[in-house]
Amino acid sequence: MIPTSTSTPPSAATAVSARGVDKTFSTKQGEVVALSGIDLDVAPGEFVSLIGPSGCGKSTLLRLIADLDSPSAGTVEVFGTSAHQARIDQRYGIAFQQAGLLPWRTVAGNIALPLELHGMAPAERTARVDELVALVGLGDFAQKFPDQLSGGMQQRVAIARALAEKPALLLMDEPFGALDEMTREYMQTELLRIAAETGAAVVFVTHSIPEAVYLSDRVVVMSPRPGRIADIVPMRLGRAADRADDLREDGAFFEMITAVREALHGAPVTGPRGVETR
Amino acid sequence: MTDAAIALTPPRRRARDRGARLRLWGYGLLGLLLLAVGWELYKAMGPADGVVIGDARVLPRTSDLAMPHVWEMATRLLEPVTRAEGARPLWLEIVLAAALTLGIAAAGWVVGVVVGIALALIMQRWHLAESAMLPWIVLSQTVPLIAFAPLVRSWGSRIEIGAFEWQDWMSVAVIASYLAFFPVAVGALRGLQAPDAIHLELLRTYSVGWWATLRSVRLPAAVPYLLPALRLAAANAVVGAIVAEVSTGLQGGIGRLIIQYAGQASGDPAKAWAPIAGAVALGLIAAGSVAILGLIFRNYRRAEATQ
Ligand SMILES: Nc1ncnc2c1ncn2[C@@H]1O[C@H](COP(=O)(O)OP(=O)(O)OP(=O)(O)O)[C@@H](O)[C@H]1O
Ligand SMILES: [Mg+2]
Repeated sequence: MIPTSTSTPPSAATAVSARGVDKTFSTKQGEVVALSGIDLDVAPGEFVSLIGPSGCGKSTLLRLIADLDSPSAGTVEVFGTSAHQARIDQRYGIAFQQAGLLPWRTVAGNIALPLELHGMAPAERTARVDELVALVGLGDFAQKFPDQLSGGMQQRVAIARALAEKPALLLMDEPFGALDEMTREYMQTELLRIAAETGAAVVFVTHSIPEAVYLSDRVVVMSPRPGRIADIVPMRLGRAADRADDLREDGAFFEMITAVREALHGAPVTGPRGVETR
Repeated sequence: MTDAAIALTPPRRRARDRGARLRLWGYGLLGLLLLAVGWELYKAMGPADGVVIGDARVLPRTSDLAMPHVWEMATRLLEPVTRAEGARPLWLEIVLAAALTLGIAAAGWVVGVVVGIALALIMQRWHLAESAMLPWIVLSQTVPLIAFAPLVRSWGSRIEIGAFEWQDWMSVAVIASYLAFFPVAVGALRGLQAPDAIHLELLRTYSVGWWATLRSVRLPAAVPYLLPALRLAAANAVVGAIVAEVSTGLQGGIGRLIIQYAGQASGDPAKAWAPIAGAVALGLIAAGSVAILGLIFRNYRRAEATQ
């Protein structure tokens, strides 16, 4: 077999393009196959959620896209360049499961961190930080320190920080995992609004089916051991950007939840896609 | 999770801090009082010949010669040093000597802090340096100071560069720095290695280098480790300066006075204790001044609230 450059060549028109990605960790107990044969494309401005049981490699995939780890096989491209180059060029913003704010910096200082490190002029920086603080609704708290904020507020700061340099790609690993249900729904709506305003593509890891359905254009369902993509469920709920809270009570919303749940539960039984049709 | 409630937390915490600080001073004074009471109680009720185990006297004699009364020592401070005409009061002599020693110790502290932090940076930057240097740094503190001090002095006296000439006090400062650098090197290294993995990864996503990571994450994260190390270094610098004064024979410092007045103890027992008390106060002042640094850097001692 002659390895051809993939049938759909990645181009600048795709935000993320993973082709044949494997990731094995070598540990003392032996090799751990975290990801196997991952093919995934994310279009610019598209909202894609990764969902699947614990240990199926969602975080690992996100870290490969962020170039915090490198794949054992296959390629990950971001906006047509290697993930490494994309990190050097600052093409993405990232928010981890923990807010990860620097405790000795104020809210404004934390949001300013990437701007400062990349040498934005102070005047411009202040203006941008004011804008971001307002965007996440923390106007009165700009001069507070992280230990004076609730978990939800800290998470909003982390999101503002991820957005600071107007990245065209936003990577988020269970950013709302630690929030109570009310804050969580509020933050989901906020995130949709922000993503729509900035036109950013989002890769969003979550454990919650309703969250994935509410937010996404497409939900990527993953299965464990080895981590692979079991199914990709497109959401037929209109543009993610136009969604509002009342969607949560819509019939179509529940249909999509069922679709994702079936994909999720069917995944370990049916194995890789395509097998069941034979 | 109401925003107003959260905004209200800091003042309450500040009030608690102030209360804690007052209580701390209270305990300090109480400790001093207990020491004086203990001294007098032992003097009144202890065996006249002290407690001897084998050949070693583990508790002192209670005679006025070995243990003058607390008030005698206090009043002695106000009297002149010698009977000579125009002699300074004892307390002033002690304060002047202590000031000289403090100055030398401060110089030693600064050198020790600079060297300690530099070593920690090198060890953090190159893992190989850590495994190569750390054992030696620990070993360095086992060299007996008494053996070491005259050596430094004789080396120093050979240094002469242009108009610069090595002064005797510099030998004392070098020895003080030798004791001071150790806690700083160890504490700073631990601190520089302390940042959360998530913060280091964040900086990696910003694709900035070692230097920017050092400035914006490692150094700030090291502050809580550095402050106690600096305090320890201050106390060490004072001890080192006093011991070095004695063993290099430097005049005018409190170390010299301790030896000198001890020689006169048979005729003037209360006087011998004055420079010792001065040395203790000196250590406290030195360590206390570093606490001011803690106030300046208090924002670096915050921890992110757990969610
Ligand atoms: N640094 C590592 N070294 C060794 N094994 C690892 C490492 N990181 C991840 N793994 C393994 O890879 C697999 C996938 O891990 P990953 O963290 O990506 O899962 P996940 O889907 O994010 O799980 P969760 O939903 O619990 O966060 C797991 O089996 C994990 O043990
Ligand atoms: Mg994970």
